[in-house]
Amino acid sequence: MTIKAENLTWNIGQKTIVDGVSLKAEPGKMLGLLGPNGSGKSSLLRLLAGLRKAHSGTVSLDGKDLRSIKRNAIARRVALVEQHANTESNVKVRDVVKLGRIPHHPPLGGWTKADDEVVDGALARVGMSDRHEQYWQSLSGGERQRVHIARALAQAPTEMLLDEPTNHLDIQHQIELLRLISDISLTSIIAIHDLNHAAMFCDHLVVLEKGRVVAHGTPDEVLTQQLLRDVFHVEATVSPSPHHGKPHIHYMR
Amino acid sequence: MTTLQRYFGEQAGLGLFLLISTVMLLLAVAAGTGIGEMPIPLDTTFFAVTNKFGWTAIELDPIHQSVIWDYRLSRALVAACCGAGLALCGAILQSLLRNALAEPYVLGVSAGASTGAVSIMILGLGSGAVTLSAGAFAGALCSFIFVALLSDGARAGAGKTILAGVAASQLFNALTSYIVSTSGNAQQARDVMFWLLGSFGGVRWPEFQLALVVVVIGFLVCMYFAKALDAFAFGDDAAASLGIPVDAVRVILLAVTALLTAAIVSMVGSIGFVGLVVPHAARFIVGPSHMRLLPTCVVTGAIFLVLADIVSRIILPQQVLPIGVVTALVGVPFFSVILYRSQRAK
Repeated sequence: MTIKAENLTWNIGQKTIVDGVSLKAEPGKMLGLLGPNGSGKSSLLRLLAGLRKAHSGTVSLDGKDLRSIKRNAIARRVALVEQHANTESNVKVRDVVKLGRIPHHPPLGGWTKADDEVVDGALARVGMSDRHEQYWQSLSGGERQRVHIARALAQAPTEMLLDEPTNHLDIQHQIELLRLISDISLTSIIAIHDLNHAAMFCDHLVVLEKGRVVAHGTPDEVLTQQLLRDVFHVEATVSPSPHHGKPHIHYMR
Repeated sequence: MTTLQRYFGEQAGLGLFLLISTVMLLLAVAAGTGIGEMPIPLDTTFFAVTNKFGWTAIELDPIHQSVIWDYRLSRALVAACCGAGLALCGAILQSLLRNALAEPYVLGVSAGASTGAVSIMILGLGSGAVTLSAGAFAGALCSFIFVALLSDGARAGAGKTILAGVAASQLFNALTSYIVSTSGNAQQARDVMFWLLGSFGGVRWPEFQLALVVVVIGFLVCMYFAKALDAFAFGDDAAASLGIPVDAVRVILLAVTALLTAAIVSMVGSIGFVGLVVPHAARFIVGPSHMRLLPTCVVTGAIFLVLADIVSRIILPQQVLPIGVVTALVGVPFFSVILYRSQRAK
């Protein structure tokens, strides 16, 4: 049991952004959220993280309603990697990663050697160990994204929610990051645009369109020629990759 | 260097810095006590203080005794508390509103205080039963409540909270101007202007006791939320996903800074610049982590304002320059150096 959403609906004013979404993450698996721009992926992730209150429906963590769990108890389990989290403050890489330890301490609690080890480990995992003294303002978009992921790892979560984490990364770092997330034994829900990456790394997929779930299942079941035409409005053929056996999408001109 | 050493090294560095700056603060207060228009010998100054502590019992000129103890020392200590409080509020508001231009008066507290003050001073509200300070404090709170309502307890976001503060400042400044221009005479208008620029004239031991209590309580509350403030660096959602009860923390800290600022403004007027500049200077020295930043702001702000007060008293013979003028005149060049150096550091 892990994160489960039942019949979630969330509006901004009159507009329904998330419309009756139900989904269930499998423990230790990677669930991909697909959908065109504006289909409600980011909003759904915020609802699942408990950052927004659903107008109807519930989110539960291990069967317990998220609303009944304290904020920092949620933060010890669920980490969120946002899409455009930036700061004007001139923080160092290490300071950002250290933020991930906040939920594990009381407000005035001290920093321990164990915390340092967690932070070092998180930095190493995203390949930023040698740059831990660098200032945030001097990092590229991709490096910032990796620091955010290190911060999320430092939270030592059992569930990780990621909003298009590969957005600013070059192809090497995109693949490395997705491999990292699928290798570590945590449950992840990841909004992602690259359908081939989703097919390669995700165990399950949920496809959103205008806030509704229009398809869900394994990549084999979900990524069909028909769905690509109906939801993403592209012509493509889908066939199993000879290299990894997962569906591979060839886009047509 | 192991990580352990690095960590303790960092803390030791901060400890040393705070120790040195506390000694500097004591020296600044001593200078504030020793320097003044009436020339008083150094040993007299020293014994005037130790006499009061009961450590010595040396016969002194009662006028000297009184000038040192009742006038200069209390004044320097009030200046220290006000500087500490304003710098602390500035640092909190800059972090909370994620805006480098935020300062203690950004939420309209000083404008509200001025309206409260002129209501007492000129309109004669409360018919003598209410002091100027109480009126200013009430005005400051009115303005803050106005901002809190307008920005939905600051839930509307940092940008809208600042706009609400600007609206409140405009409204209450207009009210002040209206009262001054319709019912004030020239002398009253001048008095009001001087009051607004801030002054430590007239502060004595009761003011120090009050200032010390509010600054200490404010500091402790802010330190309790120091880590939460770090988490705000990447915005509200990032803080919330790190387990910070964002709305509650923001309302508490905004209320604390408003009360602290209102207490200071009602005592000594709206002394500008300290709350804007000292936090930036402190960040430049110890970095953005609030566990280090807030204590640094407190001591640096205190030193800065004690020194500024000394300058305001001695720069013109026979006259005390408004402290707000000095903080800006001393502060701007000082700040320019920091800004220049931080740009070069990048």
